Amino acid sequence: MKFADEPAPGQPLPPLPGHSSPGRLERVLRAGSFAVTTELAPPDSADPQEVYARARVFDGYADAINATDGSGANCHMSSVAVCALLTRIGYAPVMQISCRDKNRIAIQGDILGGAAMGVCNMLCLTGDGVQAGDHPQAKPVFDLDCMSLLAIARTLRDESRFQSGRKITSPPRVFLGAAENPSALPHDWRARRLAKKVAAGAQFIQTQYCYDLSLLRSFMRHVEDLGLAGRVFILAGVGPLRSAKTADWMRRNVPGMHIPDALVDRLAGAKDPAREGRDICVEQIQAIREIPGISGVHVMAYRQEETVAEIVDRSGVLAGRVPWYPGRDPDPPEPRPHGAA
Amino acid sequence: MYSVRQWSVRHARGLNSFYRGFEAVLVRFHRLFEWIGYERLERPVAFVERNVKGLLFDCQMCGQCALSSTGMSCPMNCPKTLRNGPCGGVRANGHCEVKPEMKCVWVEAFRGSRRIDGGIDAMSEVQVAVDQRLKGRSSWLRVVREKTAKPAAAAPAAKPAGGTSR
Repeated sequence: MKFADEPAPGQPLPPLPGHSSPGRLERVLRAGSFAVTTELAPPDSADPQEVYARARVFDGYADAINATDGSGANCHMSSVAVCALLTRIGYAPVMQISCRDKNRIAIQGDILGGAAMGVCNMLCLTGDGVQAGDHPQAKPVFDLDCMSLLAIARTLRDESRFQSGRKITSPPRVFLGAAENPSALPHDWRARRLAKKVAAGAQFIQTQYCYDLSLLRSFMRHVEDLGLAGRVFILAGVGPLRSAKTADWMRRNVPGMHIPDALVDRLAGAKDPAREGRDICVEQIQAIREIPGISGVHVMAYRQEETVAEIVDRSGVLAGRVPWYPGRDPDPPEPRPHGAA
Repeated sequence: MYSVRQWSVRHARGLNSFYRGFEAVLVRFHRLFEWIGYERLERPVAFVERNVKGLLFDCQMCGQCALSSTGMSCPMNCPKTLRNGPCGGVRANGHCEVKPEMKCVWVEAFRGSRRIDGGIDAMSEVQVAVDQRLKGRSSWLRVVREKTAKPAAAAPAAKPAGGTSR
């Protein structure tokens, strides 16, 4: 999709009425297109080229790229820095903010700083416990939870003030997101929790992996019953499974992960399990597109990011649309210094 | 104590009714509390509160009690101190991702809330971020002061837990 008012790479899109951010993801979703987002694993490195190389594999297939914030409680390059690098050349990142490592003072600073660097989407997360990662000896912060973080981010944006009440001069124009896990217990509570997140300020939701589509469907029915349809954009989490062994390991060791036996059996019986895993992912994306109330998919392919383009392409959900990437438009408008009107 | 904590969730309805009565009595003593001085009462009342609620709920004395909105399952026992519902990491058996031997505090909260009239609605209200300054202070006294204060005179420190605190 090429917008009529396409700016120079790295510049914000002109703001539209009713939009809270000058970003591409909000544009795509509000235009009613089926959106595709994906996830970039930040490198264990200080080399910006590694970030760009990791982003490039999604070129033309992702409307926004999530930069994870110490996901799995493992130490990596910070999400703020990854986003700053990505926005420099025009990518649309989703800055993940976890409550595990920072208190409200640091987080509010990051929201302002991220927005100043052109980050238009922020995903408010609680974060994994420190025991899950490579630094189990670290102090977990959890000064906020995802819900109070959403409320604080919205206050910054809509009321131009910090949680303390102190005014800020220019609010962060950001599209606020949150996560949800339709597969985790208590199932009956999950849609209500989503309602709570919407009440706290969530405008889009990226779910955890939804391998059990029946759970996702019943979750979505519940979401519709609560009158949330049309009030939040929901992107269902999907991803290719590499083998029956990986699938089984994941469902036993990754909390909140539910993979039906039928899928594991199908992988176990396949000649080329990795290929089968991608086929399953394509089929699931196509099935998810048909579920009422779903606005897109969030493709997570940890350590097999190069498969995302193929999966999205084969699923056909972009319907011929080519999300922006550096170099997509042969004659982009001249770049201007950041912030110039 | 873990077993007592679980008993409390099973008896969420009764405990909630008891607390309502208890709170109404406390509110009546506002004048007396004022006469003695709230700050002078703070330590002894907090001591009693810590021991009673410590026994029943493994109370962590956050100072902004939300038990009536959490089905009598103390959210401060969640390793992530979540105040607004379970994280996505709840295990298939309903246990905590961080402490696999413990039932998820929020799975318990959901169970307890269903026993309380209006408990699910209370649990659906967004709880704002905790005020770390209130840690160790009495929630009971704070609620009495809030309920008896004129709206405009409410102390800023008392704001965070809003009207849903218990």
